[in-house]
Amino acid sequence: MKNFDYDVIVVGAGPAGSTAARYAAAGGAKVLMLEKDRDVGYPVRCGEAVSHEGVAQFIKPDPKWIASSVSKFRLIAPNGSSVLPKLDGGGYVLERRIFDYELAKLAANEGVEVITKAYVYDLLREDGKIVGVKTLIKDQKVDIRSKIVVAADGVESRVGKWAGMDTTCHIRDMESCAQMTLSGIEVDPDVLDFYFGDEVSPGGYLWVFPKGKDTANVGLGLSVEEAKKKSAIKFLHEFVDRKFPKAAMLTHIAGGVPCAKTNPEIVKENVILVGDAAHQVNPVSGGGIISGMIGGMIGGQVAAEAIINGEISHLREYSKRWHKRLGWRHDIFYNIRNAIGNFDDKTYNNICDSALKLPEDKRTLGGIFRAALWNQPSMILDVARVFLS
Amino acid sequence: MPQPHLMIHIVPGKCDYCGCCVGVCPEDAIELMESKIALIEDRCTNCRKCVWACPWEVIEFHREGVDHLPKETPQIINEAVKF
Repeated sequence: MKNFDYDVIVVGAGPAGSTAARYAAAGGAKVLMLEKDRDVGYPVRCGEAVSHEGVAQFIKPDPKWIASSVSKFRLIAPNGSSVLPKLDGGGYVLERRIFDYELAKLAANEGVEVITKAYVYDLLREDGKIVGVKTLIKDQKVDIRSKIVVAADGVESRVGKWAGMDTTCHIRDMESCAQMTLSGIEVDPDVLDFYFGDEVSPGGYLWVFPKGKDTANVGLGLSVEEAKKKSAIKFLHEFVDRKFPKAAMLTHIAGGVPCAKTNPEIVKENVILVGDAAHQVNPVSGGGIISGMIGGMIGGQVAAEAIINGEISHLREYSKRWHKRLGWRHDIFYNIRNAIGNFDDKTYNNICDSALKLPEDKRTLGGIFRAALWNQPSMILDVARVFLS
Repeated sequence: MPQPHLMIHIVPGKCDYCGCCVGVCPEDAIELMESKIALIEDRCTNCRKCVWACPWEVIEFHREGVDHLPKETPQIINEAVKF
């Protein structure tokens, strides 16, 4: 940090922030990335599952950040019956603390400067215009100037609010999550498990994602409307006591996932939002790593173009490109999420029974989805829009 | 409109600093750092969204004169962080 003047400051060094920084620098911008925690990639607040196809477009899969390669997923109904379809293209359970490091290194290789334990407490303004950020770096107040600010500050984003964008997540859309990494247990290292039903996670799901054959991320998310009645941590403890009573607990974390449509505004003046801060999470799965990285990539590319052209108003292009690439799909997934949120135990059991009646080779996600539609016809319109667009 | 008496309490030491509460706070009334969290009293309207959202039941709501206040001092600051 030789002088405090940058083209782009990225606030937050998660996957979305690192990817935004990487592409902004690759496009020719001078970039600084700030992380409030002392480490990039830690603590991990994530189930850590991604598809091969999604992750491989950004980084070559590497055993050092892959805890498990998975090829199937199991959907477990409230009555205990289950289906085990193949996962098209396969996927991974990551070691995020290493994965996030590698993404930050890719950014650093493009020339991005990185500072950790750097907390952004406000935007820096001059004559009413945003000209950078106010930070507390290792307890020292430091103002840093930039032409563009990229807010990749996660579910707890405040940078967007300071810029005048309302990023508050409605409580019906926020998933209140708790997760433990359990060891000394037996799991199938090749299978992602999803449990449904009122006993484990009303309106959401509980996941058991393997990290090898004796360790797994066991967590759940439920909408805050449900969490009002009973908290995520209570549901998780009950499940773990029942299912893995002798497990060793390696980590124990809380988290929030904004399962909403993309935030109505993701660009304002010279500030853009990416990742969880922009609500770029798949509202059905709650997965936000790949979609956040796609948002980060588009945001970084557009930011670099704006700098090179000297046209900050070009940032509006980011919103257009995001919606064209994924935002439109998330809007539809959001409606599907709302339909699934109303499923009761009987519906889940019926879907599972219908899926089990299918010949084994037809037990794909598509086949199960058709079984779900049969049980919930109102979803048909939404799904038709996804596949016909 | 901010109310005069803060009824939201973050139980010190129990917080995991995950930010779920910040994500649902409509008033930007929670300050969250790496291992520090605080309510900004001027802004809190006692809406309780943070209480419901907290996955770990770290945030409590106390009605004045009805509930017992926690013995520990709640972490409260009077305005946005001015370091």
